Amino acid sequence: MQYHAEVTIELKSGMLDPEGTTIKRALEHLGYQTESVATAKKYMIELDAESADSAKQMVDEMCQKLIANPIIHNYTIELGESK
Amino acid sequence: MKIAIIQFGGSNCDLDVLHVLQDVVGVDAELVWYKEEDLSQYDGAVIPGGFSYGDYLRAGAIAARTPIMDAIKKMASEGKPIMGICNGFQVLTESGLLDGALMTNKYPKFRCETTYLKVENTDTPFTSKFKKGEIVKIPIAHMEGNFYADKDTLARLNDNGQIVFKYSDKNGNVTDNVNPNGSQENIAGIIDPNRNVIGLMPHPERASEAILGSEDGIRMFQSMVDYIAKK
Repeated sequence: MQYHAEVTIELKSGMLDPEGTTIKRALEHLGYQTESVATAKKYMIELDAESADSAKQMVDEMCQKLIANPIIHNYTIELGESK
Repeated sequence: MKIAIIQFGGSNCDLDVLHVLQDVVGVDAELVWYKEEDLSQYDGAVIPGGFSYGDYLRAGAIAARTPIMDAIKKMASEGKPIMGICNGFQVLTESGLLDGALMTNKYPKFRCETTYLKVENTDTPFTSKFKKGEIVKIPIAHMEGNFYADKDTLARLNDNGQIVFKYSDKNGNVTDNVNPNGSQENIAGIIDPNRNVIGLMPHPERASEAILGSEDGIRMFQSMVDYIAKK
């Protein structure tokens, strides 16, 4: 079965996000007041696996070994069957 | 004695380090491509600066997972000295050989300038030729040099004397004003608990000849060579 995973990588809360801060300031220049702006990265992964559980486990391992840096990041995985 | 200089796709300070080791320090050194899996013939290694793999994913993240890093880990476990400079420091934190992470500079700008560093620890294979508390002049060139570690790790780095260099002014004052990237406690370089793996953002190879404006950096390479010779 082919699965589609969307991995979202965010900085842990309270960590400095200079890109978010810069965007927040630019929004202020355009007249938009915001409480905060945070950035995140999204990775779309297509993979074959025997079950949804094993697909999720594989993607989780990918996050831990490479895609995220556990020192500074949190991540979430959304998994569905490929269309 | 022979020192390996590790080359990844996108390394760009490799030839500078080779020049300094061979022509200025006068030690045998050679470039080693990242596909090599055996570094047993080398007595030490330098991971030079650059933009390995275009800084894709995170600076140093891809290089940290190449085959040669298993060989580097083996060298580290054997007590051989390993120095990571700039992108090399990022590679070492990403590979888990050093604590913490190097994040985007507080003001997200590529900072390329001379910095003054305070030498915090001289009891390492890389700083034996410095005096404790000495101020040295070594330039930086990076956008991801903002050192971060969680509270417990930071306390451990302090307690174990693992913080080797801090950004300071030329009189040795360690203040926010002279922190170029937002690093916690102005940290510019740290060492591992076994004290044979060092990482630093400043470029000692760019401060190793009088014509470059400073010769302070050469003593890091000389300390390393001295350490290997005495082993």
